[in-house]
Amino acid sequence: MEVREHIIEVKDMVKKYGSFTANDHLSFHVERGEIFGFLGANGAGKTTAMRILCGLSYPTSGEIRVAGHDVYRERERIKRKIGYMSQKFSLYEDLTVSENIHLYAGIYGLGRKQIVVREEQLLERLGLAHVRNRLIREIPLGWKQKLAFSVAIFHQPAIVFLDEPTGGVDPITRRQFWEMIHDATEEGITVFVTTHYMDEAEYCDRVSIMVDGRIDALDTPAALKQQYESVNMNEVFLKLARS
Amino acid sequence: MRILATLLVKEFKQIFRNRLMLPIIFVVPVVQMILLTYAASLEMKGINMAVVDQDYSQASRLLVSRFEASPFFEINLSTGSYQEAENELTSDHVDVILHMQHDFELKLYSEKETDLQLVVNAINATEAGLINAYCTQIIADFNGQVRARWFGLEGSGLLISLDIIPKYWYNPLLDFKIYMFSGILVIIVTLIGMLLTALNLVREKEMGTTEQINVTPIRKYQFIMAKLIPFMIIALFELAFGLVIGRLLFGLPIVGSLGLLFLFTCVYLLTVLGIGLFLSTISNTQQQLMYMAFFFMLTFILMSGVFTPAESMPQWAQKLNLLNPVAYFMKVIRMILLKGSEFRDISREFYSLCIYATLILTLAITNYRKTS
Repeated sequence: MEVREHIIEVKDMVKKYGSFTANDHLSFHVERGEIFGFLGANGAGKTTAMRILCGLSYPTSGEIRVAGHDVYRERERIKRKIGYMSQKFSLYEDLTVSENIHLYAGIYGLGRKQIVVREEQLLERLGLAHVRNRLIREIPLGWKQKLAFSVAIFHQPAIVFLDEPTGGVDPITRRQFWEMIHDATEEGITVFVTTHYMDEAEYCDRVSIMVDGRIDALDTPAALKQQYESVNMNEVFLKLARS
Repeated sequence: MRILATLLVKEFKQIFRNRLMLPIIFVVPVVQMILLTYAASLEMKGINMAVVDQDYSQASRLLVSRFEASPFFEINLSTGSYQEAENELTSDHVDVILHMQHDFELKLYSEKETDLQLVVNAINATEAGLINAYCTQIIADFNGQVRARWFGLEGSGLLISLDIIPKYWYNPLLDFKIYMFSGILVIIVTLIGMLLTALNLVREKEMGTTEQINVTPIRKYQFIMAKLIPFMIIALFELAFGLVIGRLLFGLPIVGSLGLLFLFTCVYLLTVLGIGLFLSTISNTQQQLMYMAFFFMLTFILMSGVFTPAESMPQWAQKLNLLNPVAYFMKVIRMILLKGSEFRDISREFYSLCIYATLILTLAITNYRKTS
């Protein structure tokens, strides 16, 4: 098996809020081009860790490199190379579909012509061309989620971070959403995704499972199922959470 | 530059897509300018007076007729009973009682001096002071007339007196509305600029869109500038709009240079909008922001000399006003509009605000956190 580049490298990452330890000595790496599932119950510390990797939050200690840059000193460089889709819905509700695309693409410094061409392709692919001039607040949640993901990778980042991207959407849209994630990896984008839908974990190349601020398991879904003698990821998760 | 332009396009679209924005920019200020200018005006017209004339002589009637002739006084009650007049005063139907006893004229002739009583309702002290001043002036006129008419011939040598005719510079007709209007214009420009800017940033925090902005490579100053520039333009427009209204409705004089006024206003707005942005960087919700903004706005406005000149405040208050940007603007807008002051007259205020704006904007930018 070829050794792939580690696009995220985390050693002994600790994040404390007063006496509460949200991340307790996390160590892991993410390989370029894979879909890395970051699993855990609510409050296990997933979002905290992800926010540190995105440069939104300072770690208390640890050695962390994202896309080859140090999170303490080179946060602004990291930000050029990543995309992020937060739990809270993050497109501007009072701007149209097209205006949101132009805004975020403009922020990353894409040229106007380039934006127009890729906007066209994107809307075509998503089947959203007919709502391009509608305000975000007027379109259904499923469409918004797909659009938010597309906007997060519009500037072709090296890594995209997705924080519970499929919360509250129907099974069909979730399925389509995961197809989009796969398409993104084809383009060479590394995907770092948190979720608590265990069926989604099956789609990941590797998953880590966090319990109480620590990573208790990390491997491919197949290996984890074998190790914990389970038929699916749901069972793996329950066994870990109860132990 | 392109990033800033992209952000500005976004801000302007959002501002004008907000249905409340146009009324806030056009309707609210006009209502405030008209309502407050009249309501806050200290000018006296229609002072209600009760006359208790127990003498009913030629002299007493002459005095009453002088009050009747004044545009400021409205005689609501003429009675012989002091008690009745006092009841009217205590029930707030009249503002002042003029009381002349039965020997008013007799004493005037026999003793060459006489007494009268003036009772002023002083619940509103400023108003009472003005009523008192007006009455005293009318009585002094009456005094002169009596001396001329009855004692004039033999006492002509004594009649030479100093006749003081005050000339009120920069507001010759003592039109209080002009003074008041310029003050209210300052308040409106400040409120619109500071509150809209600050609320806008905090609203983005509440919606969670700042988080999305924070993971992008946008520089902090770009983000802050994109919040500042649109509202600065709106506030400058508001000033222009207000000047037109003032000119049309109140005949507001514009003696000095408009260019100078707008230049000064730009520096002023950088300061107050900077304060607004700073407050929004330390608040997480619109509610928190409103509490803080109201504290600062009220203090700034009430201390700025909108109703009373800041120069007549105690020394310590005047020292505090060095930190009050509204006080600078309140003074300068009147200097330029009413007095025609030039740059050298307002240079101290101008440079002070330049320093203030630089400090507060630096503070707002450094205090805006992309990482928590």
